Amino acid sequence: MQEPLIVMQDVSHVFQADDGVGKAALSHVDLTVKRGEFVTVLGRNGSGKSTLARHCNALLLPTSGHCVVAGMDTREEKDLWKIRSHVGMVFQNPDNQLVAAVVEDDVAFGPENLGVPPQEIRSRVHESLEAVGMEHFRHCAPHLLSGGQKQRVAIAGALAMQTECLVLDEPTAMLDPQGRAEVLRTVCRLHEERGLTVVYITHFMEEATVADRIVVMDQGQICRAGTPKEIFGDVKSMDELGLSVPLAARVAFDLRRKGVKLPAGILTDTDLVQALEGYHVH
Amino acid sequence: MSIEVSHVSYTYMPGTPLSRQALDDVSAVIPEGSVTAVAGHTGSGKSTFIQHLNGLLKPYTGKVFVDGTDLGDRSKKGKRALVQARRKVGMVFQYPEQQLFEETVAKDIAFGPRSLGLGESEIDERVKRAMDAVGLAYDEFADKPPFRLSGGQMRRVAIAGVLALEPAYLVLDEPTAGLDPRSREELLQQMMRLHRKQHTAIIFVSHHMDDILRLADTMLLFRDGKIAAKGAPREVFMQTELLKECGLRPPRIMELSSELCRAGYLSQMVYTEKELVDVLGRRLRDAR
Amino acid sequence: MLGNITVGQYFPGNSLLHRLDPRLKIVLLFLMLIEVFLLEKPAAYAFFTAVTVLFVVISRVPLRTFVRALKPLWWIVLFTFVIHLLTTPGREIFHAGILTISEEGLTKGCLISLRLVLLIVLSSLLTFTTSPLKLTDGMDALLSPGKRFGLPAHELAMMMTIALRFIPTLIEETDTIIKAQESRGADFTTGNMFVRLKNMLPILVPLFLSSFRRADELALAMEARCYRGGEGRTQMKELRFATWDGAAVLLFLLFTVAAFLLNHYL
Repeated sequence: MQEPLIVMQDVSHVFQADDGVGKAALSHVDLTVKRGEFVTVLGRNGSGKSTLARHCNALLLPTSGHCVVAGMDTREEKDLWKIRSHVGMVFQNPDNQLVAAVVEDDVAFGPENLGVPPQEIRSRVHESLEAVGMEHFRHCAPHLLSGGQKQRVAIAGALAMQTECLVLDEPTAMLDPQGRAEVLRTVCRLHEERGLTVVYITHFMEEATVADRIVVMDQGQICRAGTPKEIFGDVKSMDELGLSVPLAARVAFDLRRKGVKLPAGILTDTDLVQALEGYHVH
Repeated sequence: MSIEVSHVSYTYMPGTPLSRQALDDVSAVIPEGSVTAVAGHTGSGKSTFIQHLNGLLKPYTGKVFVDGTDLGDRSKKGKRALVQARRKVGMVFQYPEQQLFEETVAKDIAFGPRSLGLGESEIDERVKRAMDAVGLAYDEFADKPPFRLSGGQMRRVAIAGVLALEPAYLVLDEPTAGLDPRSREELLQQMMRLHRKQHTAIIFVSHHMDDILRLADTMLLFRDGKIAAKGAPREVFMQTELLKECGLRPPRIMELSSELCRAGYLSQMVYTEKELVDVLGRRLRDAR
Repeated sequence: MLGNITVGQYFPGNSLLHRLDPRLKIVLLFLMLIEVFLLEKPAAYAFFTAVTVLFVVISRVPLRTFVRALKPLWWIVLFTFVIHLLTTPGREIFHAGILTISEEGLTKGCLISLRLVLLIVLSSLLTFTTSPLKLTDGMDALLSPGKRFGLPAHELAMMMTIALRFIPTLIEETDTIIKAQESRGADFTTGNMFVRLKNMLPILVPLFLSSFRRADELALAMEARCYRGGEGRTQMKELRFATWDGAAVLLFLLFTVAAFLLNHYL
């Protein structure tokens, strides 16, 4: 976890609105994502999270500032396809990102575009589907899969391009609890087993606790960044930002206010129970 | 007065290779002025169920009554009563902002009342009331094109469009899907305020067990087209094995409080965050 | 209410028809459609119908599915039948008022309707037994000679795949929008044509906007996966003619000759 994979320097992005007035979706963002890191991005609707994500693989280019991915500036036209195969992307709506009507054909779409020889595509498709646990569904039609399964196919589609970084833009927003757990588990496993770099955008605070680092966005800017313990320790500013914190962190915060002495950095139920160990109750 | 669902079964695409039974002999009573939550994972039948409540889907077998009127009554005499009955049940679909179509917010919200054939002044009144209920200032938003608003605001416009029908029962399919924590909370509070003030019955589908626990007085838990459990959320959520089979987990607050019970810091389950902090705070301080 | 449309649906399988090379399948289907138009004699029709039924059986696609594919077009078939029944002059077999039905009319009505049914079933056979991607690849390959004259072969084929992929999604969406507006009191069934057309706006506007949004998101997803047109693209499932394809061509020729003979000498 040393070299930077994605480096954004003073990146701004201004969308031209219909009335000619520009609206800054990102303003002066500095962000470095290191190889093998798991970064979660939090923020309210419209805070610029998606715009940020789309800069990671040159779907959007900065209107000012620089974005460098694996040493390549995203403005360099010639490196575009290299950048996009380095950084795979999973979107929110599982229905709008699967292209083919059969699972394995969809996973093959990326490598086909890259001109990979057929024999190798086959092995990549097989391997990628296995990595997300969807090998059994390779001949299935996507519209018959559950939301969680569709998102796992989308992840496999990125893996088949041999991407080293996965950017997920609210991949669980449209899923039920089961699907949400499925997707998060898959992403975590890929991160741990293959050292995949992950940029994960979500509205679910509990999902953010697994990250190495959390970045909080507000009005197109990164307003806070730190470990989950640091970010969720500060319940007040998260509330002010219109976000929330995991239950255990909030309970710990409220207990502290009632005069109970608890260590910092309580995120999970287990953390809380352990922190209470010094106390005796009757 | 209530919506009564009696032994309803429903099959999609019957008689084809793709046929799928979505509801299997489902019965439930939703009293007026109640708050009912509907839970279950995708494909468990909950969306099919709620579409029966205002007659959008017709049961294959079984009956649905709204305040005593049979929604399946096809007789001439029954037809008028049927239209009246269906109007009592407002339906907010998933991502309702995708159904907006008018040039301005006020016009879109007026669509429902206008098709009821109300007079202009009454329509205006209703639009104002509906916008107020979802916390959109009339002066600021009425003449704006809905498509220029933020996602959360568009959703509120869409919900106002249903509220303008002034239904006695409001059905919402995952009303907070895709919203950030604050917008979620605001929307839920508006929903509950409507319940308190107008005595509107709320029926909502949710994947958030904690919301169900703190807001609903009854919950219906669906699995494989059947109601696997119904009753007060506290009781249904105690059946952890059943929940697991339904692909769900208990509310976070109950998970944490049972964890604390097991570790001996609580002597009994608590169901709200405030209660948890109060009890725990007291016990821990006493111990010092 | 819209859940019954089967256009463009693919039924995964491994039948002889499924395994046929898509290029060959498209060409053969095209030729068969032409042949249908050349049929005249009842015997030739009977033979052709028998072969089509055989295809349906071989395909292992449930019969009901074909019936459903026919459903939306049923009234056109009926209309064609009635028109031919009433307007063909010949030996009178029934007479009532200004209506006259001739023997020739009856035969012609039956045969022309049968022709329509055959056209629909044969086209459905192609989409039912060919995955959209293969269909696209097949089209792409067949159209590629046109590239020299500026024909965007790959783009056309890609457009078709996407259309096929999104038909089920759009049908579902239309259904939801109709239900939502119905819940708000919308009425799509009364009034004259203009009123009805105007009443359709609450469906059409959202449908248009959402299709637009979907297209936008899909384009983004495709770009993120390095899509840049047909240039330099490879295919996982390369099209290769197999022995079975050769056999199919032979069978097809045999069948065409038989149909021709029946049509002319019986």
